[in-house]
Amino acid sequence: MIHPIPSGTRDVLPEETREVRAITDTLRGVFERHGYGEVYTPALEYESVLARADMAEAKPAYRVFDETGAVLVLRSDMTVPIARVVATRYAASDTPLRFCYFAHCYRGVRPQRGHPRELLQAGIELIGAPAPHGTVEALTVLCHSLDATGLKDYRVGLGDASLFPALMASLGVPDSARPALLERLVLRDFVGLELGLSEAGLAGEAAQLLLDVPQRRGGPEVLADGVGSIADAVTGLRQVHELLEPDVAERVIFDLGLVRNIGYYTGAVFDVYDPELGAPIGGGGRYDELLGRFGRSLPAVGFALGVDRLHIALAGEERGTGALLAASSPKGEPLSADGGAAPRIAGAS
Amino acid sequence: MNAVNGLTIAVPRGALFDGTVDLLTALGLDTDELRSNDRKLLFEDIGVITMRPSDVPTYVEAGAADLGVTGKDVLLEQSAQTPGEGGREVYELLDLGYGRCVMVLASKAGPDPALEALRRLGVMRVATKYPRIAARHLEETGRQGEIVEVKGSVELAPLTGMVEAIVDLTATGTTLRENNLVVREEIVVCTARLIANPVAHKLKAAAIDALLARLRELPAAARGRGAPDVPEPLSSA
Repeated sequence: MIHPIPSGTRDVLPEETREVRAITDTLRGVFERHGYGEVYTPALEYESVLARADMAEAKPAYRVFDETGAVLVLRSDMTVPIARVVATRYAASDTPLRFCYFAHCYRGVRPQRGHPRELLQAGIELIGAPAPHGTVEALTVLCHSLDATGLKDYRVGLGDASLFPALMASLGVPDSARPALLERLVLRDFVGLELGLSEAGLAGEAAQLLLDVPQRRGGPEVLADGVGSIADAVTGLRQVHELLEPDVAERVIFDLGLVRNIGYYTGAVFDVYDPELGAPIGGGGRYDELLGRFGRSLPAVGFALGVDRLHIALAGEERGTGALLAASSPKGEPLSADGGAAPRIAGAS
Repeated sequence: MNAVNGLTIAVPRGALFDGTVDLLTALGLDTDELRSNDRKLLFEDIGVITMRPSDVPTYVEAGAADLGVTGKDVLLEQSAQTPGEGGREVYELLDLGYGRCVMVLASKAGPDPALEALRRLGVMRVATKYPRIAARHLEETGRQGEIVEVKGSVELAPLTGMVEAIVDLTATGTTLRENNLVVREEIVVCTARLIANPVAHKLKAAAIDALLARLRELPAAARGRGAPDVPEPLSSA
């Protein structure tokens, strides 16, 4: 008998679970060593509560009614539930607060490899730590976590969500044209952006800057000429860069066009790339205004990794090296006797 | 010569093939075998893979190719219908200018049967291979329609009375005229576009930017580029 399961979901069987568990155990160890306490929150939340956050493209997609007629949603990320937890359960606590989580989130995406509708996320939230030091800590935990799993070739794209809006404001883009132009950048449609700029009556140097700046990416040299309007954002990125340890700094690609499709980000934003996967493995950023919407205004930063995507990237990097075969015994025996971690992950503890 | 800057490029077979191969030649690629062997799909030594145009975004999004060339019609058809649904996650980097076609709404010559259907029955039936573009166009122009998706010759559908109109891509309008159809509305001009995988765009930034710079420097003739003369009403949808 074949009994179907919903599109975008899947069953995880023991062999895969063992590999996933080795990854999450490694991440948990790194998060905890950096002082992040693990939390669980309900998968179901009141829609009216989560709606306080601007989720843009990542809005909750699944809704149900409870017995009183209230609308419940399956959470689409963990950042917003943790913002709620901080405002209600830590209303008077000293900051900074450090939380980590391993939780399934639910999104209405078009299902494909690495884009499930039920998505296991591993991440941290650092609440009450302003830029640049908070951002530096988040990036450091991110890189230490990925290093611990044995991922070799990853890079972290680092940009600033306020950069393009600030650039538009300073170059005299009419208010009415800004949302459409930002949307084209979010869609990564540079041809459409160029057309949109000319439709909005922009020409010459201003149009050229609006088209060029978001395509600047690379080493610290892209921060060199922070022209007036983007000076704040670029200065912020430079401060972060100066504070990073060398092993973290060498992973960073500065990307002045980086935008994420979640609305609550305010400052530094980042994405994690690995050549083995055509989509980011995870990402995060600063959300300095989100906590205020829940009643306790605090600067905050966090990241989430897609555990399945990280697993795909690790498997891809290991292909041909034999490491993956060594890690997952075909007969279903324990991974190894010496501490339960896969060989690639052994360096973690 | 080896692949362009070490990049893998998805090249569309069909109407955009010749223009794309000309472009690769202008970039200094040895395209002799690509031109002569139309059964081979994978040209590893020059970093080229060939496929139908509508598959190009699929390969590029998955990272099987770093870059790809496909029509704006394909990109529009595969873009998100509703916010949050998530369209293809690819970067659209450059309008290559060639392969110029217009997406049109057409119906039988004479009094417009689509108008009559709308007035008397409230709904116009539209046959198309581009159901999302057609649905979006009707929605944006405030009309109710029933989209009939067909795979083959769209022109047949209004001639048999199955639908009142079609939405289709036309380069010269010849096929439409031969079937006694007239263009009622131009929806959007479509040309070849250069797209990139989002991760390759970051990790191979220097190679991709160098390629873009060379493409921009090529004489207009080599790129077949004319100024984009019609705005794109659909791209903001």
